[in-house]
Amino acid sequence: MKPNQDVGIVGYGVYLPRYRIKTSEIARVWGRDTRAVPIQEKSVPGPDEDAVTIGIEAARNALKRGRVSPEEIAAVWAGSESKPYAVKPSSTIIAEALDATPHVDAADLEFACKAGTEAMQACFALVASGMGKYGLALGVDTAQGRPADALEYTAAAGGAAFLIGRKEESLAFLEASHSYVSDTPDFFRREHTKYPVHGSRFTGGPSYFHHVVQCATELMQNIGLTVDDYDYAVFHQPNAKFPMTAARMLKIPVEKISPGFVVQYVGNTYSGSSLLGLAATLDTAHPGERILCVSYGSGAGSDAFSFVVTDEIEERRDLAPRVDVYIERKKEIDYAVYSRFRKKLVM
Amino acid sequence: MRAVAVAGVGQVKVREHWDTSLRDLAYQSIKEAVKDAGVDHVDALYVGNMLAGELSGQEHLGALISDYCGFNGIEAFRAEAASASGGAALRQGFLSVASGVQDYVVVCGVEQMTDVLPDKVTSGVSLAVDTEYELASGISLTALFAMLTQRYLHEGSCTRKDLAAFCVNAQKNGAGNEYAMFRRETTAEFILKSPVVADPIRALECPPVCDGSASVVLAPLEEVECDTPVLITGSAAATDTIGLDNRKDLLVFNSVKESTRKALIMAGKTLEGIDFYEPHDLFPIVAALSLEASGFARKGEGALLARNGDIALDGKIPITTMGGCKARGNPGGASSIYQAVEAALQLRQKAGANQIECEAGMIQCIGGTAATAITHVLEVS
Amino acid sequence: MEISRNWRLKNQRYRLEGTTCTCGYKSFPPRRICPRCKENPQSVSQFMGTGRVYSHTTVYEAPTGFEDYVPYSVALVKLDEGPMISAQLTDIEPEEVTIGLRVEMVTRKLREQGDTGLIIYGYKFRPVLG
Repeated sequence: MKPNQDVGIVGYGVYLPRYRIKTSEIARVWGRDTRAVPIQEKSVPGPDEDAVTIGIEAARNALKRGRVSPEEIAAVWAGSESKPYAVKPSSTIIAEALDATPHVDAADLEFACKAGTEAMQACFALVASGMGKYGLALGVDTAQGRPADALEYTAAAGGAAFLIGRKEESLAFLEASHSYVSDTPDFFRREHTKYPVHGSRFTGGPSYFHHVVQCATELMQNIGLTVDDYDYAVFHQPNAKFPMTAARMLKIPVEKISPGFVVQYVGNTYSGSSLLGLAATLDTAHPGERILCVSYGSGAGSDAFSFVVTDEIEERRDLAPRVDVYIERKKEIDYAVYSRFRKKLVM
Repeated sequence: MRAVAVAGVGQVKVREHWDTSLRDLAYQSIKEAVKDAGVDHVDALYVGNMLAGELSGQEHLGALISDYCGFNGIEAFRAEAASASGGAALRQGFLSVASGVQDYVVVCGVEQMTDVLPDKVTSGVSLAVDTEYELASGISLTALFAMLTQRYLHEGSCTRKDLAAFCVNAQKNGAGNEYAMFRRETTAEFILKSPVVADPIRALECPPVCDGSASVVLAPLEEVECDTPVLITGSAAATDTIGLDNRKDLLVFNSVKESTRKALIMAGKTLEGIDFYEPHDLFPIVAALSLEASGFARKGEGALLARNGDIALDGKIPITTMGGCKARGNPGGASSIYQAVEAALQLRQKAGANQIECEAGMIQCIGGTAATAITHVLEVS
Repeated sequence: MEISRNWRLKNQRYRLEGTTCTCGYKSFPPRRICPRCKENPQSVSQFMGTGRVYSHTTVYEAPTGFEDYVPYSVALVKLDEGPMISAQLTDIEPEEVTIGLRVEMVTRKLREQGDTGLIIYGYKFRPVLG
């Protein structure tokens, strides 16, 4: 998909809570091998944090980098699968906190882990159509894993916000995007249940890998580029293995996914995952470099984007804290405190 | 304005009155005060109560208590100024008699705090703060006083032990008052070892959750048959910002300063003429800052008076002579009337083991973080 | 459930909206009458959210609604623009708080009205990031 007008990322911002639990600690409590863990540690939201508070800080950071006045934002679209209210949009709270209300469109999106890039797709269309000057896309989550379940090792909290606008103001502009979607029930949660169902190995081949690889391949075919034209690639990161395998399947060397590869230290931030990786990549990329960003959401689908970094990046990158600052700001907690924070104790 | 005498006093022992209701607590102290005054009728009743609505689900105490006490149809209503509610009722009573509008007036302070679980009491007393900007952030009244204490220690030369000395003094005096809730002496070390409630305030520095009632009967002096009647010669109320964060200088209780100044002017006295002082010692920091704001100590030196023993019964300015909020107890809106009763007993030479030589005393209560202060001067004529 | 009451406070809670007088005096919470010159009306202004800890404490016995968060630190923060604000501190251990610490405003959950009621968001302060 190519927009009629040139659009891009005017600002970006992230947020990670400061608490971390080591996956070896989770393994210890459940009597598993503490060495056979899928990542090193994951972020845990504090008792006063949720997807909305994460979104507010990420958005404030995006506005700082974008140097944009909130009343110029035409839409605030927040993607999450851990909305604090089942019915009541997180996006209006975020928009209000930013002072973007009342002349703004607001809505919450859901598509498992790709709700954030969904919002981004919509923002590109909004701005390119001339209907709005800026659109704010957020991917934020405080995912919960059932105790002792495999997902408990990776379900983490965090998010990112991307302020979309015209190319002239962008620190990375969009060459094209693509979406690839099918009804594939690899991971889902029914309405009144607390924890999701995970399709085990089905979540791999027919799900993550099929959609990610197809989407990326078709995007590159559509715009006549190959993996060699890209300096960086960012994939959705549910664990350390999947994005590396996807890179290998697409014949992308592992150094190219390194800057955006944060799951080891943070965990899977669900709707925030690929956006967090994209932000981490923008934190160090140089003008003229090209980035491939491919998200994945269970249910299932992928969004793929081709970005080129502009000269603006050098000047505006440090107007807000980098992903590293949030990664390095940490306080380790044990399983007891984690249980208390995540309200796993039945009172 | 007529001269106003304290014709009668009555009080109930401060404790957890599981077996006594709000209206019965009021009845007991009123009955005693009326008997002590020897009057055959009452013209008005003013009730000092802070939290009956919140903690007992009962408002409209004027009518309730007047009815229960058999005061057929008299003027009766409640005055509210957070923990200074008793002082507000006393002021109302004083004004009614002084102005000539009423003759025999009962001022009853009553509070029933033990009918609810502790968190409701913490929340209830915290209704005295700015609830939208202080309590909304989980900042209770105790937390505000704790922050004042931290800053006081940070800015001045007083120590933690100096502050605890206020409690030691109060408990020593409480031992000599049969109506006090706590009648055992203590030490600063023991106090400072108790659990932290809101750092640095310790559990044993906090006033107890308790129930009580105290009443006075006010009458025009000419109606009182007594050799040395006790008079209320000064009465004044003042306010400050509701939020502690909006004060000009957080460590200066302007409401205390103003109400003290005005009460002394009305009484035609200076601080030198005051023989004892009953500040509203909710916490040591309140006693310290009250001593400073009323003029008994220089700024930053209130706690030095505790350190030096100046506040003891035999000191330069005895305070909390019957135990104060700390030892006698702090049943909310009733505290101020306990202060009035205790001051009257001192002036009548009826203070027993805690008797001091005196002709005039000053009682004072505050509301919230001293957003209100109400001061009265009592003396023998 | 105090729906409208909490709704009325959102500008102050989300964006530290206070007031400024023509004489320059700034107030938080917002005021109609200037405490300094008694002038009125006042104009709306937003505070940046940076300041220093003037005093602090840690709450161990919480008022209703805050029991789940105990122990939590609270502070009087002197904002750079002048007014003093009362708020909770977050992302810091009680023993790390000092008078004079530089802090910045963040938006967090103040409390939840049980499992079915409103989630009330508002300002807290944390040590300046980065």
